[in-house]
Amino acid sequence: MAVKTPAPSDTVSTDRIEKRVVLRAPRTRVWRALTNAAEFGTWFRIKLEGTFTEGRPIRGRMAIPDYEHVTLELLIERIDPERYFSYRWHPYAVDPAVDYSAEPTTLVEFTLEETDDGTALTIVESGFDRIPLARRAEAFRMNDNGWAGQIKHLAKYVE
Amino acid sequence: MSSKSSAAPLFAALGDATRLRLLGRLAGGPLSITRLSEGTGVTRQAITRHLHALGDVGLVRHARRGRERVWDLDRKRLENAKRYIDQIAAQWDDAAERLRAFVED
Repeated sequence: MAVKTPAPSDTVSTDRIEKRVVLRAPRTRVWRALTNAAEFGTWFRIKLEGTFTEGRPIRGRMAIPDYEHVTLELLIERIDPERYFSYRWHPYAVDPAVDYSAEPTTLVEFTLEETDDGTALTIVESGFDRIPLARRAEAFRMNDNGWAGQIKHLAKYVE
Repeated sequence: MSSKSSAAPLFAALGDATRLRLLGRLAGGPLSITRLSEGTGVTRQAITRHLHALGDVGLVRHARRGRERVWDLDRKRLENAKRYIDQIAAQWDDAAERLRAFVED
């Protein structure tokens, strides 16, 4: 199983993920890539219909092979120009047969800061501890890289 | 994640075709020894030994279901919230790299 070692500036707990990267691009450029729905969709790989508006949901289909059937909804929470952008969603909501709407959401936050060599971007996703363990296990099982998936593949391979 | 030293017995426990098959079957839910032995051509005693080997490294555990003794994958291991987070963190790593390629062009 491929396991990435987080860079020293990243922190991971059971409730939140924090990731910091320095992008060699002007803050205006990064801001547009984050908050223009079409641009966001390009790197995030989701075909969003509409624009990001505070307090409004926006939906789109994933543009990742094997996940094209998955529709995600982002509820845009705050847009603070060139500084802060946040939305809520259901993490790992990839099973079309499951209605995730009653489940707690996680909050995804992007914070920008100008640095000498570009733009520092901090991505935080938090609120995982509110998601039922059973659901987390299910997401885990559904991932082919997860334990149960690996075990099934191994079992098939040796049978 | 396990450190190298604690992962070694885990992989040793997995390095056996019968044990891997047992885990594959248990991925579908808890089963009795009788069910687990079916069609394996391996004796129940041997299956029991293999299950204990898997139990020793925390991959499976046994429980009672009515009068029946069943074996199950260790849900604690499967429900390990840290692993779930690791997966999502890895997705963010990938997304951040795609964003980098997108804005640094």
